[in-house]
Amino acid sequence: MPDFRKLGIGSIEALLILVIAIMVIGLSLSTSTFLTAPNLFDLLNQSSVNIIFAVGLLVVLIAGGIDISFAVGASVVQYLTALTVMRLGGGNWALGFIVSAFFGFLLGSINATIIYRFRIVSIVVTIATFNVFFGGLMFLTGGVSIYDLPDWWTDRVSLIHFSTVSGNANLALPVAVMVVMVIATWFLLRRTTTGRQLYAMGDNPEAARRVGVNIGAMHYIAFGWLGMMAGIAGLMQAHYVQEVVPNAFYGRELDVLAAVVLGGARLGGGRGTILGAILGILLTAITANGLNLLGISPYAFKMIIGAIILIAITLSSGGFAKLVGARFTSQSVKASS
Amino acid sequence: MNTSTSHRSFAPHVPADVAGLLGFLALVIAVLSFASDRFFSESTFVSVAFQLPELGFFTLAMLMPLISGGFNLSVTFTANISGLAMAWVLRTYGGADAGAIAIILGIAAALATGAAAGWVMGAVIARTGASPILVSLSMMIFLRGLGEFLTRGGDISGFPPFVREMGNGVFLGVPIPLLIFLGCALLWHVVMTRSRLGFATRMIGSNLEATRYSGIQTTRAVTRIYMLSGLMCGVAGVVMAAQFNSVRVGHGEAFLLISVLACFLGRVDPFGGFGRVVPVVIALVILQVIASGLNLLGANQHLATALWGVFLLAVMLFRWAWANGMSKTLVRKRAAATEGVTQ
Repeated sequence: MPDFRKLGIGSIEALLILVIAIMVIGLSLSTSTFLTAPNLFDLLNQSSVNIIFAVGLLVVLIAGGIDISFAVGASVVQYLTALTVMRLGGGNWALGFIVSAFFGFLLGSINATIIYRFRIVSIVVTIATFNVFFGGLMFLTGGVSIYDLPDWWTDRVSLIHFSTVSGNANLALPVAVMVVMVIATWFLLRRTTTGRQLYAMGDNPEAARRVGVNIGAMHYIAFGWLGMMAGIAGLMQAHYVQEVVPNAFYGRELDVLAAVVLGGARLGGGRGTILGAILGILLTAITANGLNLLGISPYAFKMIIGAIILIAITLSSGGFAKLVGARFTSQSVKASS
Repeated sequence: MNTSTSHRSFAPHVPADVAGLLGFLALVIAVLSFASDRFFSESTFVSVAFQLPELGFFTLAMLMPLISGGFNLSVTFTANISGLAMAWVLRTYGGADAGAIAIILGIAAALATGAAAGWVMGAVIARTGASPILVSLSMMIFLRGLGEFLTRGGDISGFPPFVREMGNGVFLGVPIPLLIFLGCALLWHVVMTRSRLGFATRMIGSNLEATRYSGIQTTRAVTRIYMLSGLMCGVAGVVMAAQFNSVRVGHGEAFLLISVLACFLGRVDPFGGFGRVVPVVIALVILQVIASGLNLLGANQHLATALWGVFLLAVMLFRWAWANGMSKTLVRKRAAATEGVTQ
């Protein structure tokens, strides 16, 4: 039997892969449209933005923090980027990426500064900055969307395009960007000393500090990285929907957070994998897609997704046996830790 | 990131925090009275009194889980679902002409729904040890979906006059929702200070394992904490339905993070273990006075949202400075500087 752990597949990842595989097989058999190139490509196109968010958030979660403000931060970055490139006379993709990443990093650094310099818990800080970003953006823009984005930004870029019997299959630019961001984050976490230090700080900040990890720098790297990812995700979302809406990401942060933690990242730090985060997002995306194809009322989607996550947590964290045999909880906690 | 270790040393100051917050409230009122001569009037305080309860119920619902070191992100949607339960009962028994028994049944249904949602969350959190943020988050997604599925995104309206009176009436010069809120706050105060559950809540927030080893049934206590939280959401659902004479899923959604903000402003320890009802209620009044004052000055709701965030940060920075003292800051800065040299 091959060693899955060497491939980065732990027990949570294996469980998610199993569930996704069962769902894919079930949907392929019960619907004629699920396992077609157009549908799968659309699924990828639509999940790309969330996956970029997810890998960014994963870095912060591994470092032991939490960020509520990244999604509305992405809206702020979208607006600032749109205004900047228009001021600079149009711009192009390179400029767009640089400006988005820069503004994203800046917003992340604001969070990092307050969290690190003033020793305030990250959830309090990011809830406050969430309100500042969102309230400020809605106030300053008056809730007005931007429709006249530059052409380079909104023109469809097709990576792979072909026609099949069931329609046009089209793989869009966000997927490529998503792949690059996933690889970059994987490299940061798995192939650099910084990545190891992020894990170390998340597991035990005091121990990490004593072995010489620069805690301040780690804060800026983690929150700055998430900011950058959020900025680029915002750029991609504006490309995909061809407009900038100030409240487009409102509420998205909790959906992404739920999916990432479902993928095995621990709130509290030190644990989490990129594969798990991606699988978490894919599980919710495939569920929504499958329910849609099965002709179930769109109003029921969120209900079913919520129920699936709730059941998944109940089963994965501690196992079903613990839920039944609660009297032996303390023993099983000791045994598992 | 748990780099802060000094937070516990200044949390249990008992009367100082209340005095500090009252001083803050006086300052806010003084500044706003200065900014607008229409502020210091009866109409402002009436509007504060009517708008305070809605946020207040959510904050009370958030309070106990926060003190126990947990979180309840599903407060707003639990309230919506409870409101729906009441609306459904009233609908079944004649809509706007429903009698007294139907109203009592409706309120009971709302409270039971809220408590049931809270109980499920509490049971999962207590028995699996899963993160409360995650459990309540998925509960929130589930309840939002359930509500949207049941109402198809629309709203249910048309309640009997008595219910509307409960949301908009005035008794002895005090708005009835405010009376209900004060009653609930008093109840919460008693639970937190006088009951075994309140004691267990604070102990669990400090150290769950130690609490379990000292013979407190933590599983049961955690389940009850979330059940009470859900019950308070049920009250919020009833009052909201009465106030607006309609139930819509998503109503009050914006209050979710504001209620956390109010708790932290009211000196609830973000790591759990410490927190009292009275300062939180004063913090609520401060937030509502700011919102009403800004409204009067012609600013919109979004500016108030942004300023609430700024306000929380400012208070946190102020407390940090207060706790460390200027001398300690200098020492740390010097230490940090030498650290930078040696690296």
